[in-house]
Amino acid sequence: MFRNQYDTDVTTWSPAGRLFQVEYAMEAVKQGSAAIGLRSKTHVVLGCVNKANSELSSHQKKIFKVDDHIGVAIAGLTADGRVLSRYMRNECINYSFTYESPLPVGRLVVQLADKAQVCTQRSWKRPYGVGLLVAGLDESGAHLYYNCPSGNYFEYQAFAIGSRSQAAKTYLERRFENFTDSSRDDLVKDAIMAIRETLQGETLKSSICTIAVVGVGEPFHILDQGTVQQIIDTFEIVAEQEGPDAAIGQEAAAEGAAADQGGSTDEGVAPMES
Amino acid sequence: MNFMASKQPENSLLGPEADSQRTLYPNVTGTSVVALKYKDGILMAADMGGSYGSTLRYKNVERMKAIGKHSLLGASGEISDFQEILRYLDDLILYDNMWDDGNSLGPKEVHNYLTRLMYNRRNKFNPLWNSLVLGGIKNGEKYLGTVSMIGVNFEDDHVATGFGNHLARPILRQEWHENLSFEDGVRLLEKCMRVLLYRDRSAINKLQIAKITEEGMTISQPYSLKTYWEFSAFENPTQGAVGSW
Repeated sequence: MFRNQYDTDVTTWSPAGRLFQVEYAMEAVKQGSAAIGLRSKTHVVLGCVNKANSELSSHQKKIFKVDDHIGVAIAGLTADGRVLSRYMRNECINYSFTYESPLPVGRLVVQLADKAQVCTQRSWKRPYGVGLLVAGLDESGAHLYYNCPSGNYFEYQAFAIGSRSQAAKTYLERRFENFTDSSRDDLVKDAIMAIRETLQGETLKSSICTIAVVGVGEPFHILDQGTVQQIIDTFEIVAEQEGPDAAIGQEAAAEGAAADQGGSTDEGVAPMES
Repeated sequence: MNFMASKQPENSLLGPEADSQRTLYPNVTGTSVVALKYKDGILMAADMGGSYGSTLRYKNVERMKAIGKHSLLGASGEISDFQEILRYLDDLILYDNMWDDGNSLGPKEVHNYLTRLMYNRRNKFNPLWNSLVLGGIKNGEKYLGTVSMIGVNFEDDHVATGFGNHLARPILRQEWHENLSFEDGVRLLEKCMRVLLYRDRSAINKLQIAKITEEGMTISQPYSLKTYWEFSAFENPTQGAVGSW
């Protein structure tokens, strides 16, 4: 995208019928670190890559619990994401107080989208620079939505946003047809594998990713690092085998899963940086 | 009934609102509503009387209405306030339907909304002078609750308002059980309504029974109960009475 004379104001249309400021806001989402979401009939899993400014600092919080039955993962300007999460939490708590019932996620998503739209039609505002993956339950089951800075929202079986999300999307596209009937644990495993795709070579460990789950009978919560590392360990050993030698790789992977001894010997031989 | 009026002076925190804008006492009132859970849903009974003080002035007042697809509301107390509540609920259901998204407000949600409404009005010293009964069934789950004009609310297997609490609830406590058939439920309600007819001076002998099930709400045509006045004790009521003079 290049600069042009129609991109200064969010309230200026281009001759081609585009609002460039809104499109630039969507670019901000693409710059953020990756977040993914996938759902089955009864559960939704959110995952994100934790980016820290430096080794000295802690990483930014990108997954927020909105209510027992709704959670959100963000990508883009995390400050904007925090503000929107606060709005969502407020809406949920007010609804719960008045109706003693959880706010259906579909309605929250529409309210969020309408809020984002307002910022695309006021000259004294700017669009929110954050994309939100909203995971939640309502009467009709588990849902995953993506809310754009443009004020649009879409429902997804699985989706990924942020930098290098295309790799995750490709992974999810190959397998999404199985997700509806997936078990909760398989769904979590798929989420972690999708995150791994966005890392592109970097070793996957629980300190650089965050996973959260919500489901029927399971309130929204973020999985603790230990649990995530355990799941990673179940398939990472296999992955390390595929690294050193592509030819032997497949055999070793089969062996590695079955015989621990074979695995440990190879680890000593292969000069894998971790 | 003026002892009910607030003692606040005109220039109190209430600002320029004049006392005439606040409910001080009810004018046209309905008497008891009785309701119970049965096998397929909720049964509710109320007579069709609107009393103007001690005069039984209006005899065709429907005090039970369907709310949305899943709920049934019965009210005793000020009829005009009941009509106001129906307007609020109309708006509520309308906006709920406008979402057009497969979600709908069930009886629990409506009951809690009414609780908030009644309690907030009570806090402003301007109550809606009603005792409400809210029953319904959604996705197989039966719900029956009540809210008073001061916001007291609770759920139970059988509820009543006004005199019904004193005359009908004891009968229900003895004779109600889970999974009553429709006929048994109606018979039980009629037993309660008959006692109320004998003993509540604001009751009239013209009642309706409404039922709400998963299929929807139906309300009977108005009908009257058979009564028996030939008890010998009624012939000379003061005969055995103990008096102080």
